[in-house]
Amino acid sequence: MPALPLDEAGKYVAAAYLVFLALILIYVAIMAGRLSRIEKDLQEVTELLERRTEDEREPVAS
Amino acid sequence: MFGRGLKTLSLITVALIVGAFALVFFYAPNEADQGFIQKIFYLHVPLAIVALCGFVAGGIYGILYLRSGDRMHDLRSYVAIHLSLILGVGALVTGSIWAKASWGVWWTWDEPTLVSFLIVFLLYACYQPLRFSIEDPERQARYAAVFAIVAGAFVPLNFMAVRMAQSLVHPRVLSTTGGSMPGSMRLTFLVSLIGMALLFVTLWKYELASKSATFKLRALKRKLAGEDEIWTGNPRRSAAPTL
Repeated sequence: MPALPLDEAGKYVAAAYLVFLALILIYVAIMAGRLSRIEKDLQEVTELLERRTEDEREPVAS
Repeated sequence: MFGRGLKTLSLITVALIVGAFALVFFYAPNEADQGFIQKIFYLHVPLAIVALCGFVAGGIYGILYLRSGDRMHDLRSYVAIHLSLILGVGALVTGSIWAKASWGVWWTWDEPTLVSFLIVFLLYACYQPLRFSIEDPERQARYAAVFAIVAGAFVPLNFMAVRMAQSLVHPRVLSTTGGSMPGSMRLTFLVSLIGMALLFVTLWKYELASKSATFKLRALKRKLAGEDEIWTGNPRRSAAPTL
């Protein structure tokens, strides 16, 4: 096949590079979801630790 | 600690990728035969090469896992294969776009390079379902390692088979004679390839750091909640390894 004219070829080249960009962005979005889950886990751990510290501070009732 | 040096690595990766794309569009000349459409080559070929190398890396970590029993190697293998699959999708889609523009078809079944890459990709597409189908984490890791090794060995064999096949349709990029690229194109291609390889390593480290942090946090949560005994099961069934 003869070489495509620039305006025609440009569309294909742009599409290929956009596919790459889209893949990276999807990956980053998935990683962001994971990060928010880590944050949630961290929050739960902090709450558990605070509860435990409070329990230790309370005087033992006899 | 997978996060060590990640900031520097990320910055170098971004600089290289941006530099590579700048070279592609402002430095490398248009190819005489294909014209502007050949610019896809600087994206498509590094994607395919890095994906294949990632599959092989997954196999190497599989060997290390079987030798040592260290679950971190299983995690490294899993993440390498997982990322290679993503890059593989990129290579297939960009290759299809390039094929449509230069050959007039989205796909051709009589071209060994394309079909062999698809076979490798489909082979690795079975990796995640295989892991998911096994509930016991120990067995899951062992079977996945064996799969990664066998499939990883298949990748270079496949590459050699394609090299031996005589075809005039798909261009040869790297040959023993050094290919036929002029210096500017070669430099652009090499920068793109290094950029893509660094992108792979960066994302690999990101994912490892993320998974490792998740596992450590969950372990800490269980410990704080009073479940001090060793816990071996998955919180929910998953293809991802558990540490």
